[in-house]
Amino acid sequence: MSHTVTPKVDANPPYFYPEYIISRKRGPLQPLIQLPRGWFRTMPGPAFGHIPVQPADSDLTIGHDGPPQGQRIVLSGRVLDSDGRGVPDALVEIWQANASGRYVDHADPGLMPLDPNFTGAGRCISDSLGNYQFTTIRPAAYAGPKGTMFRPAHIHFSLFGRTLSERLITQCYFDGDPLIDHDPIVKAIPDQRGRQRLIAKFDADTTPLTSGGETSALAYQWDIVLRGSGATPMDR
Amino acid sequence: MTISQSPSQTIGPMYGYSLYADWMDRSVDPAAPAAQLIRGVVLDGDGEPIAYPDALVEVWHGEQFTRGRTDPFGRWHVWMRKPDTGLTLPDGTALAPYLHVTVWARGLMKQAETRLYFPDETEANGRDPILGLVEPDRRPTLIAVRQPDGSLRFDIRLQGARETVFFEF
Repeated sequence: MSHTVTPKVDANPPYFYPEYIISRKRGPLQPLIQLPRGWFRTMPGPAFGHIPVQPADSDLTIGHDGPPQGQRIVLSGRVLDSDGRGVPDALVEIWQANASGRYVDHADPGLMPLDPNFTGAGRCISDSLGNYQFTTIRPAAYAGPKGTMFRPAHIHFSLFGRTLSERLITQCYFDGDPLIDHDPIVKAIPDQRGRQRLIAKFDADTTPLTSGGETSALAYQWDIVLRGSGATPMDR
Repeated sequence: MTISQSPSQTIGPMYGYSLYADWMDRSVDPAAPAAQLIRGVVLDGDGEPIAYPDALVEVWHGEQFTRGRTDPFGRWHVWMRKPDTGLTLPDGTALAPYLHVTVWARGLMKQAETRLYFPDETEANGRDPILGLVEPDRRPTLIAVRQPDGSLRFDIRLQGARETVFFEF
């Protein structure tokens, strides 16, 4: 059997980060059991074929009676593997608050208004080069309980790649948001460079192409790196 | 050159309307003879349930993929078929039947990965190379418990005295 020799690189936050209070009791404290590398990097990941994906699912600004409130954005980038190669056919699912910081989800405390023209859930499949793209609005920052900082504006991302090691849930933040530096969930990422990896950059080159008319949108660029290696088989 | 993975972030509590739908709790018709109900609770380090909306459990094996969401009491369930016996690693080593279990929760910075083994596979479990990596006194956290109603109970303790064994790979 062929072992892919990949140095262990981990930009993840630790399970236990006391400043993010809810993490204190929810992360494993026992050492994880290290499985021999190669055993599972090569195993196909979860089959998600029963989750239906339509082309319109990547545009969160359509499908309602009118356009949503808020600053329209086109957020695009590539899904990459640890060798820097595009990951084709990745399932990318997103969810986000609306322009006032309200989620449609039943679990939302409901302090901010709903937008009848915005649901805030989307999905797409990356193309043969790993490209993905969503059209949506920039979500608002929203407050936690009294005495806590607002969460920075963010879009939640869930990804399924080719193998079990290419499963990732993360959050995408926006360039220039002053709240990022105060967010315990971001600060749990041990390395400043790692935090930067979750910040979408304003794309001045593409914005003129997405500007003009009623679908004008600011362009943002954000690449996502999954843990798997292109050296692993891609059959699924 | 190797690029490290983009950092993981918590799933948070608001994923439900995007990632979860009621039909995702089954990869098989619950009325089918092979359907196996798997249920349990997700508990924190104080033994308190991680209740709705805070925890999502993904269970998969091959073409079967299910999601169970905890209820107000921290209980989750899925319906699946038990995988076939005769599984092997790429090098031919025999594996006991198992289901891969991934736990996501608000406050959990990254997924916690574990494996569910079947209580009626004592011999295969005893030879399983992955169970063999686990200290014997912690192995029971990975073996589901048959209930009188035929369901399999698989409680997940994210922290604490009988913390479930979690893996990295």
